[in-house]
Formats: sequence, C-alpha cells, structure tokens
Amino acid sequence: MEIPRIVGAGLVVIGAGIGIGRIGGSAMDAIARQPEATGKIQTAMLIAAALIEGIGFAAIFAS
Amino acid sequence: MVFSKKPFEYLFVVLVAFFSLTSNANSTNTIEVTKKGNTVENNSEMKVLSKDEKKDEERKEFIQHHLLDSHDFHIFSYGKNAEHNVGFPLPVILWDNGLHVFSSSKFEHGEKVAEDGGNYYKISHHDGKIYKTDSNGKITENTKGKIQNEKPLDFSITKSFFMIFIVSVLMFLLFAGLGKSYKKNGSIAKGVGRFFEPIIIYIRDEIAIPNIGEAHYRKYMSFLLTIFFFIWFSNIFGLTPLGVNITGNLAITGALALMTYFITTFTAKKYYWKHIFWMPGVPVLMKFVLAPIELLGTIIKPFSLMIRLYANMLAGHVVLMSLIALMYKADSVVGSPLAFLLSFVLTLLEVLVALLQAYIFTMLAALYFGAASEEHHHEEAH
Repeated sequence: MEIPRIVGAGLVVIGAGIGIGRIGGSAMDAIARQPEATGKIQTAMLIAAALIEGIGFAAIFAS
Repeated sequence: MVFSKKPFEYLFVVLVAFFSLTSNANSTNTIEVTKKGNTVENNSEMKVLSKDEKKDEERKEFIQHHLLDSHDFHIFSYGKNAEHNVGFPLPVILWDNGLHVFSSSKFEHGEKVAEDGGNYYKISHHDGKIYKTDSNGKITENTKGKIQNEKPLDFSITKSFFMIFIVSVLMFLLFAGLGKSYKKNGSIAKGVGRFFEPIIIYIRDEIAIPNIGEAHYRKYMSFLLTIFFFIWFSNIFGLTPLGVNITGNLAITGALALMTYFITTFTAKKYYWKHIFWMPGVPVLMKFVLAPIELLGTIIKPFSLMIRLYANMLAGHVVLMSLIALMYKADSVVGSPLAFLLSFVLTLLEVLVALLQAYIFTMLAALYFGAASEEHHHEEAH
C-alpha cells in the first residue's frame, strides 16, 4: 500500500503547485493593472497561497 | 549605532546567512570524522555496504539527528575522532515512580546507560527519547521497529526547551527595555527601537486593524506581537550555528496553534457562533449540512496553522542540510562550489522564509480573531 499513498501525495502536491502558481500569476496581472493596490493584493495572495500550501503539507505528512 | 544606514542591514543579512552555513558545514564534516571512528562497530551489525552507500547512510542519519530534539547542547566536535566536544549537558528530569533528576552528561551523548535511584535509562538512537532499560541498556524493538521498552514521563530541559527559554528572556528584556526607553527619550525610539518600531506599527496598522477592526484590535495586540516575534526569533535562531530547530517541532507549533484556538473560542461573540451553528442566508436544510462542516472548520484552522509552520521550517532545514551534504557528496572542484553557492542562496531565502512564516502565522491568527470578534455584518467596513 506504499505506492498508491505516495502517488496520491504527489498528485496533491502537483495540484497545490498549480494552485499557488495560478494565485501568483493572477496577483501579477492584478498588480500590473493596478500598481497602487500592490500591498492589498500581496496580502490576499499570501493568505490564499498559505492556505493551499497547508493542504500540500498535510498530504505529504499523511503519505 | 546607526540603524538607518543601509550597509548595516546588508551586513546583518550576510552575517546571518553565512553563520548557518559555517555551522552546518562544520557539523557535516565532524560527523564524517566521528563515523570513521565507528566503522568497525557499524560493519558488524549492518549489511555490507559499499563505501559510498555507507557515507550516504551517515549523511541521512546526521540530517535526521539534526531535526530531532536532544538532551544535551552539542555545538561541535573536533579532534581526529571527534573526541573533543564543545557544548554543555542539560538537566534530565524524569517521573518514574518518583522524581529522577540528573545531568545528561551521564548518557555521554547517548552512548552510555545512565543509572539513577536503581533505575537504568538509555537514549534511543532512533527517536532521541529516553527509555527505561536493564543495566546493559538493551532496547528491544518489535518487527515494525517500534520500541517496546517502558518510557518514563520526561520533563527534561531539552535543547528546544532551553532555546525557548532563551528566546523568551531575550524578548522580555528587549521589549521591556524598549518600553522603558520611550519614557526616557520622550516617546522617540532609540537604538534597536528604531528597527523594531516600524515592525510593531506594521503589525498594528496592516495586520491587526484591517483584520480585526478598529473596535476590538487592542485586546489581541499583545498576543499577535508576542507570537510574531517569538516565531521570527525562533526561526532566526534556527539558522544560527547553534543548530536548534525550535519551530520545526510539532509540539511547539501545536502549542502556538492551541493558544490561537483558545483565544478564538473564548473571545468569540454571538455572531461567530450563529455563523457556525445556524448560518444565516441559506435554506434551512443547508443549515443542517453546514453546521458540522463549520464546526470541523474551527479545528482545522488552528491545525493548518500548526502544520504550515512546522512543515515549512522542517522542509527548509532538510533542504539546506541536504544541499550541504551534496557539497561533500559531489567532492569535486566544480560540484562542491556549486552546491556551496546554492546553499548560500538558499540560506538567504530561508532568512526571508523565517520572516514570512511569522507574518503568515500572525496574519491568519488575526483573521481568525477578526471572525470571532465580529459583531454584525460589516456594511461600513473596508
């Protein structure tokens, strides 16, 4: 039962990576559009990224 | 001291970055020397491994050892067989049908069996914990590798405990001193206060007030500031040559998360509980579905706080140590400097991560407090 668990954890981490990448990319777009809102966008970005990151870590530790 | 000039900041960052590098490199070097002295012993009990494989095993073991808490404060060893150790033992406090207090020097770095009041104790090499043994120090394991020996209640002052104490004392002296210095200098920060004042104001104006609200933020400020500086200082200490790993310890991050959970729960207003048990604005049937999910969410939130900080710091340490081990594994003119450069850059990144994790923890804690102390729908807010 070792391999399915590890593969599952890997899939979750790939998902988390895509998610964080999308958050970062969208934040870049948003900052390019409204540079004056950089601070607020960064804060929201960090929170969202941290929440997803938590799931990724949980998957790694569960595997 | 001038704190407003840029070169000092750069110098500080470079200093911190290089510090950890020397420590880790030094330790890796040491362990290889140590292990060389023990090869005879290893050969008898391990399968026959090639020289490279054995070295890999040693490096792995060393990294694992670094991540564990330990009962003595070992900084580095030197000498041909690493026979001179620099460091100091810490007190061991056990409850095993009576109190046993003795110095961890009795264990001689986990090599010997310690005797106290007719009982024998030994530190397991696997998890670094103290087990009760017979006079020979035999530790029995079952087929799954789980240790069968009895485990006494351990209240020892371990390395992490010691460093938490140091961080607490440092924070107390630093911030109590800063508080006093404001009175003396007529409400103007002086010395290190010039460095810390903007950070404290940032936490107040950018983290506490937007998330918790102007009305209630004051009572949470002490906790937010404490937790921010505790995590930050602990993370920075983790990068120094002392080789401690305070925040990379599940028990410690768990305690921090538990405090956040208790404060959220006990300061919560009616509106918060209403949102959990009887979500307004959704059909009645949906309310029954949402209630258990929301209730579970209150526990998942601090749980994710715990895992995030722990995993981030642990992962940082593992990657850093692995890169430094790579320096020895490559063992060539091209590979080793490359690994060195990589680990140097990564150390700088870790300095950033140390701050970022403290910020995220504080930020999310403030977010949860904000949800707890909210009183009605914020039509006017933001």
